[in-house]
Amino acid sequence: MGKIFKFHNDVDTDQIIASQYLLYPTVEEMKEHAFESLEPDFAARVRPGDYIVAGENFGCGSSREQAPAVLKALGVRAVVARSFARIFFRNAINIGLPLIVCRELYDHVDGGEELELDLTEGVATVGGQSYSCTKINPYMQNILNQGGLLASLDREEA
Amino acid sequence: MGMTMAEKIIAAAAGETCVRAGEIHTVELDLLMSNDGTTHLTIDMYHKLAHPRIADVSKLVWVVDHNMPSDSPKTAASHKKMRDFAREHGITFYEGQGVCHQLMMERHVRPGQLIFGADSHTCAYGALGAFGTGVGCTDYLYAMVTGHSWVMVPESLRFCLHGRLRPGVTARDLILTIIGRIGANGANYKAMEFTGEGLATLTMSDRIAICNLCVEAGAKTALMPADQVALDYLAAHGRTPKAVYTSDPDAVYAATYDIDLGEIVPVVAKPHFVDQVVPAADCVGTPIDEAFLGSCNNGRIEDLRAAAAILEGRHVAERVRFLVVPASADVHLQAMEEGLIEIFLRAGAIVMNANCSVCWGSCQGVIGAGETLISTGTRNFKGRAGHKDSFVYLGSAETVTASAIAGEITTADRLPPREV
Repeated sequence: MGKIFKFHNDVDTDQIIASQYLLYPTVEEMKEHAFESLEPDFAARVRPGDYIVAGENFGCGSSREQAPAVLKALGVRAVVARSFARIFFRNAINIGLPLIVCRELYDHVDGGEELELDLTEGVATVGGQSYSCTKINPYMQNILNQGGLLASLDREEA
Repeated sequence: MGMTMAEKIIAAAAGETCVRAGEIHTVELDLLMSNDGTTHLTIDMYHKLAHPRIADVSKLVWVVDHNMPSDSPKTAASHKKMRDFAREHGITFYEGQGVCHQLMMERHVRPGQLIFGADSHTCAYGALGAFGTGVGCTDYLYAMVTGHSWVMVPESLRFCLHGRLRPGVTARDLILTIIGRIGANGANYKAMEFTGEGLATLTMSDRIAICNLCVEAGAKTALMPADQVALDYLAAHGRTPKAVYTSDPDAVYAATYDIDLGEIVPVVAKPHFVDQVVPAADCVGTPIDEAFLGSCNNGRIEDLRAAAAILEGRHVAERVRFLVVPASADVHLQAMEEGLIEIFLRAGAIVMNANCSVCWGSCQGVIGAGETLISTGTRNFKGRAGHKDSFVYLGSAETVTASAIAGEITTADRLPPREV
């Protein structure tokens, strides 16, 4: 179980982590600025195992991998959205942050609720109500299962 | 059943005779571009690999352009890491020479190539018939180490261009209009292909502006067939095509849009989304604090010429900063030779070194709380140009310049006559 933080449609990567922090030496130094423009206390309130629920086109805009990286560094377990922008989707899978497409959940939560997510079955449960999610493409699921793209790289070379 | 341009380029890169939208293929990459937005993280991850190596260093192009010159000790450290690594490994490296995509168009991209760029606007390369797509630094590193990667073959949207743009209307107005029409995720996961007899009326600068902005509709890439205009540009820059592809007549598209270029009008995208597009006429009178002419979208010599033609004999409005930032050092030099820089300076504009500038919103020219910018940059997201409570309008070089003169959003044809 983790708490839901809810965001709207078309959340772009500038909102997830603004440009002025991207050249900081490490993701650890950037992460406290996550969602600064939309929810300034997000980094302070989010706990490992919490979830982001969003509307359409989550992660649109810049290709900055720092966007999924700061969410992962803050312990966000998964992002559940109605749809994702493609570069963000690819980046998140590559670093091992699960993204789940669920058309229904967004309209039935306000944020703050406890969410239980079964990644294997693709089922999100909130307040006793279950919502089915779209399963990740097997190719990408395989990358995720290995812990990200670079883990698979080290394995290939071994 | 025929193939689209996108399918043909991926098929060649995958060593297949035929691929179809939706399939996943392993492809060999032709070029790998990365800039200072993420390369410091790529290098850190490289050093953590069990067996770090570079498959083919001749394919790598690294550009310091986002925070150029550096604005803080932290930025300087990230730049140094990138500079030292590039030197140690013999990577093609540019610093202060311009915005990465402009440099790639001027010096590297060839028709038929498949290119990964660690920057979302890599789709610009479609103006030369190359499949460019934006990736993050993990994808970049994987391709840098192995020389290959995986791609899902995108469906294509076809935009058939007819007629020609009217005087005072630009390619930027065209692509903003299209993005406004299909929405910020209207082309998500898809390729946007531009074709039709209207394409021949568009210059290379126009084409780069169109392809560059397609990611703002979510597109994976943008593609235009490399016709004589593209091949002339390529030859003038001393390069030859890898391969010239056009889509087959019976290729399958997810959708086809017919666009009458003659119906396009000057537009602006309102804060805070690129698809909030309205006729510029609707925003006339909106006060501005700053105007920006530059970026990979609109910082080429053609844009500077258009701006100088409007600005000559006029002056930037009081209390407005007008930043003019050529997209590359070559553009800057040419603008000097043509006398454009003098026109800008005499009119009160601030001319700066070639870099991403305020389009990237973390270096020069950022705006404060409550301020309004009109920009030829790529994005107008909340806080994109500085403070989270600031406002960015996107418009053409002409509209931005006219607005800088008026001190409020306006179009060039609305400016009062020059004082004699």
